[in-house]
Amino acid sequence: MTATTPLHTPEHDPYTPKEAQELHAERTGRKLAAGVFHPRQLLVSLPDAFRKLHPRHQLRNPVMFVVWVGSVLVTAFTVLEPSVFSIAVAAWLWFTVLFANLAEAVAEGRGKAQAESLRGLKTDTVARRLATNGTAGTEEEVPAVDLRVGDLVVVEAGQVVPGDGDIVEGIATVDESAITGESAPVIRESGGDRSAVTGGTTVLSDRIVARISTRPGETFVDRMIALVEGAERKKTPNEVALTILLSTLTIIFLLVVVALQPMAGYSGRQISVIVLTALLVCLIPTTIGALLSAIGIAGMDRLVQRNVLAKSGRAVEAAGDIDTLLLDKTGTITFGNRQATELIPLPGVEQEELAAAARLSSLADRTPEGRSIVDLCVVDHGLPAEPGDDERDGEFIAFSAQTRMSGIDLGDRQVRKGAASTIRVWVTSHGGNYPDRADDIVERVSAEGGTPLACAEIDDDGRARVLGVIRLSDVVKPGMRERFDELRAMGIRTVMVTGDNPLTARAIAEEAGVDDFLAEAKPEDKMALIRTEQEGGRLVAMTGDGTNDAPALAQADVGVAMNTGTSAAKEAGNMVDLDSDPTKLIEVVEIGKQMLITRGALTTFSIANDLAKYFAILPALFVALYPQLDKLNIMRLATPESAILSAVIFNALVIVALIPRALRGVRYRPMSAAGLLRRNLLVYGLGGIVTPFLGIWLVDLLVRLVPGIG
Amino acid sequence: MSPFVAGLGQVGLLVMALAACYRPLGDHMARVYGAEGHWRLERGIYRLARVNPDSEQRWTTYAAAVLGFSFVSIVLLYLMQRLQPLLPLGFGRGAVEPGMAFNTAVSFVTNTNWQSYAGEEVLGHTVQMAGLTVQNFVSAAVGMAVAVALVRGFVRARTDRLGNFWVDLTRGTVRILLPIAAIAAILLVALGTVMSLARGIQVVGVDGITRTIALAPTASQEAIKELGTNGGGIFNANSAHPFENPNAWSNLFENFLLLLVPVALTRTFGQMVGDRKQGYVLLSVMGLLWTVMLAASWWAETHPNGVASLAAGAAMEGKEVRFGIPASVLWEVSTTGTSTGAVNSMHDSFTGLGGGVALLNMLLGEVAPGGVGAGLYGILVLAVIAVFLAGLMVGRTPEYLGKKLGRREVTAAAIAMLAMPTVVLLGTGLALLLPSTPDFMTNTGSHGLAEVLYAYGSAGNNNGSAFAGMTVTSDFFQATLGVAMLLGRFLPILAVLALAGSLAQQRRVPATAGTLPTGSPLFVGMLTGTVVLVAALTFLPALALGPIAEAL
Amino acid sequence: MKYLNNLLRQAGAGLRILLVMTVLTGVVYPLAVWGVSRLPGLGGKAEGSVVVAGGRAAGSELIGIDPVDPRAAIDPTRDRWFHTRPTAIATEGLGPDDVLVSGGSNRGGADKGLLTEVERRKAHIATREGVDPKQVPADAVTASASGLDPHISPEYAALQVRRVARENGLPEQRVRDLVTEHTRGRALGVLGAPGVNVTTLNLAIRDEAGR
Repeated sequence: MTATTPLHTPEHDPYTPKEAQELHAERTGRKLAAGVFHPRQLLVSLPDAFRKLHPRHQLRNPVMFVVWVGSVLVTAFTVLEPSVFSIAVAAWLWFTVLFANLAEAVAEGRGKAQAESLRGLKTDTVARRLATNGTAGTEEEVPAVDLRVGDLVVVEAGQVVPGDGDIVEGIATVDESAITGESAPVIRESGGDRSAVTGGTTVLSDRIVARISTRPGETFVDRMIALVEGAERKKTPNEVALTILLSTLTIIFLLVVVALQPMAGYSGRQISVIVLTALLVCLIPTTIGALLSAIGIAGMDRLVQRNVLAKSGRAVEAAGDIDTLLLDKTGTITFGNRQATELIPLPGVEQEELAAAARLSSLADRTPEGRSIVDLCVVDHGLPAEPGDDERDGEFIAFSAQTRMSGIDLGDRQVRKGAASTIRVWVTSHGGNYPDRADDIVERVSAEGGTPLACAEIDDDGRARVLGVIRLSDVVKPGMRERFDELRAMGIRTVMVTGDNPLTARAIAEEAGVDDFLAEAKPEDKMALIRTEQEGGRLVAMTGDGTNDAPALAQADVGVAMNTGTSAAKEAGNMVDLDSDPTKLIEVVEIGKQMLITRGALTTFSIANDLAKYFAILPALFVALYPQLDKLNIMRLATPESAILSAVIFNALVIVALIPRALRGVRYRPMSAAGLLRRNLLVYGLGGIVTPFLGIWLVDLLVRLVPGIG
Repeated sequence: MSPFVAGLGQVGLLVMALAACYRPLGDHMARVYGAEGHWRLERGIYRLARVNPDSEQRWTTYAAAVLGFSFVSIVLLYLMQRLQPLLPLGFGRGAVEPGMAFNTAVSFVTNTNWQSYAGEEVLGHTVQMAGLTVQNFVSAAVGMAVAVALVRGFVRARTDRLGNFWVDLTRGTVRILLPIAAIAAILLVALGTVMSLARGIQVVGVDGITRTIALAPTASQEAIKELGTNGGGIFNANSAHPFENPNAWSNLFENFLLLLVPVALTRTFGQMVGDRKQGYVLLSVMGLLWTVMLAASWWAETHPNGVASLAAGAAMEGKEVRFGIPASVLWEVSTTGTSTGAVNSMHDSFTGLGGGVALLNMLLGEVAPGGVGAGLYGILVLAVIAVFLAGLMVGRTPEYLGKKLGRREVTAAAIAMLAMPTVVLLGTGLALLLPSTPDFMTNTGSHGLAEVLYAYGSAGNNNGSAFAGMTVTSDFFQATLGVAMLLGRFLPILAVLALAGSLAQQRRVPATAGTLPTGSPLFVGMLTGTVVLVAALTFLPALALGPIAEAL
Repeated sequence: MKYLNNLLRQAGAGLRILLVMTVLTGVVYPLAVWGVSRLPGLGGKAEGSVVVAGGRAAGSELIGIDPVDPRAAIDPTRDRWFHTRPTAIATEGLGPDDVLVSGGSNRGGADKGLLTEVERRKAHIATREGVDPKQVPADAVTASASGLDPHISPEYAALQVRRVARENGLPEQRVRDLVTEHTRGRALGVLGAPGVNVTTLNLAIRDEAGR
């Protein structure tokens, strides 16, 4: 990724350079600390927060709706009988509603900025639609919004792709930076797994014909906008369940307050509606009620910041539940290409001699494998990386499907490397001898999971001989083992999927430290594996890019399609990774978990808070009736009024204080559930009990100074 | 030996007796509800009742069976009371008046066994035996059946069948309750409990005055009254009456009986879900709450602060000499913790804190350890809530015993959790709105409020014990307390069966390192915390105006 | 509608099961227990542990009935019987009472009415026994749960010894011995609390005094 996110064009970017830098650090950072938050965002979002005071908006959140009704009620009573106390309570109840709105507005505000810049892509692109009436070559210019699925469009260098589709003809380099942020152009061609083009991207060279695969308004960019704006945000299953529980608690506390009046009446003291409402608002889980939707929006936002698009919040949540992770070997666990790891000379050949020949044979080889051979010779044998002057004069023989060898001719001297069978033919046809020993080495390397390349030369004397074998191996990316250990601690089993034979697969699986592997895997096998796992009640996540991955992507509970992949794959998966980085799946899992943890932690905190509020309010309510209840006033709050008001103020302020936590998410480290639970229970359970005692006490120290209260 | 040390010894004996029966009874119950075959007696019952014991029911049918059975039970019991003059062994006792008959019928069918009547005055032997004793058995068996259905919900996967209510009901009665009750009844007779079909005995005392002492077929009902956590005494003074509970031995034995099944059911649960640790966790939570409550009440009763108790020198008002304070608080905590409601001392006369313990013990939702079956499903509902709340904190959709807790599960658990506070708070509030209510109280001020709260707390939780100073024979109380008992019983049962139905349809999710561990001490703490916090947050204001004000 | 039908059908089955259960647990079971309780050794207990004196049922050893000495109405100290604990439902505060209905006072420890009652009882007993009110033990001034508690604490019994000996013309030591004889300690040393059975003690006193 580039240093600044291209999703923000400068004029829309709400972040200062420093903030952008932090954003970047956060996105590229290993751990999920995630989400910068600046107090300025609160100010910016204030107008939105006011707009959300409309009852129709409040109705969507049962807990906050109760607060809203309470605020209206208290305001009405305050108008009838104004006092410092009633005015203060009314004001702070409104603040409580406002702060809840603010939390949501801030979360949405972060996405809005991104959406704005994305809209910039949806300029009035004009599409060159090919006539479908059979008259070949006739084109008509139509607005992109009028395109229908199945339409064929032509895009040439410099033009913007008018909609999502698949290339049916041609090959082109495409600048997708507007969507992915990756500045290097990518190649898109008809057929195969790289045929998808995205609306809003720019063709840099050549000419392609693409078949439109998405209706206007539902394209990738449209979906991205809807996503980051939170417009189509549906509550996730856990959020729904949590809302039900919070509503239940709200009903219980409503009953508590309703039943309290006759009890107090019997005991000899009526309680004012203002005080009862204050008590109710303090008791119902306003903290989590206020922050719940912000947490959801922020969770999706964190995903977008990592350049992953989830089609639904449900998928993000499912990511947190994943039990089994299917990872493709190549490109995910190992580097995309095999690399030279060892030079094995035949008896009678010096190591240096083989190294020199291997280097020569690969100088012309621009494939990653070839380059890795040169690198090996440079690093291990101190040979120069660039061709010397004399070598430049040589004739480079590039690898071709016919010769299946590459090398160099320096005068009479010829150096070649290639598959063992090819080299055998080459050596023997030039009168050389192919020794059995070479066969042994080749077999051994194969058995160990490597790819053997034989290296041979015809020297200046015309003698052909085999020098030795170059071992190409899959190289496991650094840090993979640690990641898998972390996943294991989180209870997630990793399964490596590879087309390699079982022997090779096992060697790499062991090196990488995955829990299991699927060798010689065909797409059907992948599908079968997912089904078996799911039968056992496990949730499966996978990444994929090819068309033949599509069924498996659809079957998996979390399917992350690579943006470079086909549109079939992108359609089948429930997430798309714009960076096409298969390891991102692990981060997606962490984001999903973090979202749930944040909800659970703040719920626990919210409910644990109530205890202290009781200790503040109950003595205040009834000390006149039963003086002995003053013993419960352990915070030694000044007066009944200051006690009640302090509880209300604390209740409102804690929402604001927790907005950053809601947006950023609770700190998450991969560890076992038992460890997480212990830690979070301590911080948010015990902390939730203790904090308000301190907070209310502190607020009271100030509030008691107000005349008419203290 | 000091009363304190002796009391500890008494507690120790009780715990040892329970521990000895824990495994055999728990395993026996698991086998009973899992057994394939039917006893010949059971076959006979199924044939007579024309039910097919081998067809399993969906949760809706299971619930309909529970409701249908309970409905006809109420009707039959009501009719028996109203038609008492026509029944034998009534000794001239008249028809029970309608309000009381309704209240009593509901009370015994809901396993509350709240008594708005004085047993020896109002009910003849036939209604006691063929009416009340029967409900003592079957209402307990209903509770166990519902609990077992819920456990099946956790155990089974991808099915909509929860078992057959008629089979569960019959087996619970025939294979578990009846054999134990029969043995216990005979043991109680041996210990001195009466078992007579006579009306009473005429005695001429040392002073030459002739008096009549009431008799009743007590032992047979006493045994199932404790074993089934019912609690309705044949005599007004309940288990404080020397004919029900003649001495310290019978007292220990009855105390043991009322704890026996609820405690052993945690073993049954562990056995059925195939992870005994899960059962131990529930038992630990129950034991922890029970111990803390016992300690609090014990301390309170030996350190009274009321003026009358201080004047008397000890909190002996409403307690029997043969039991003393330790056995009285031990019973108090056991009977309110199990929804039994039988008393061997008068809770209304306890200290502010001691009586508050009894009240809070019920308001916890009857889970320490709760009534037969009701305690198990009650604590499982709270476990579902606890797992959901804290479970999110491990970053997964909360799972309990391999089942995910989603929208449907949380909704069902929430309804089950909501029912009791609604009934108790609204009932208490409504009663206190009536200007006449203070006239029905024996006590005044905060203790008077506690009497009303206790009445609805006891009814809503199907406990049945009372702050008996409250006169509840007015139509208002007979009716509202009756409704409170009905809602407090059947709303949670419906919700629990719905929960079971939705759990059974899921597949089982294997536990991984990422799953919330529910077999650990940490979870014991979490569940205990949830139980206490939910009750505390719901009832603190009411308690503050009642027992807390009195205790401070 | 379908659900209602189901409910009715289940209720039908429920009624049939209930009737069978009524026979099993409401008739067969209690009558079987009753039958077993007729066995020798159990029969007496099942019928109320009646104490027979002079061929007549003189009481139940489980039931405490406060005896009345008519002379005490004029002079409380002229009372020859050991007294049980007060009974809550007795109109006079201390017995005699109707033993057909059992129950306690249900007054809380902080109740003013109960305080008055306790103080009245204390004064009454102190006068009767001729002792300082402070010496009257708690069980003597508090009503039991059943109102039929046959036991009093050994302290309360000791308090009454002097008067009972005097009024029956018995040596104090003899009465004290009888009290000891009728005192039951804790079962196994831990169960319950020690108590003196007033019912059987008074019968023994009557026998001893011979009138």
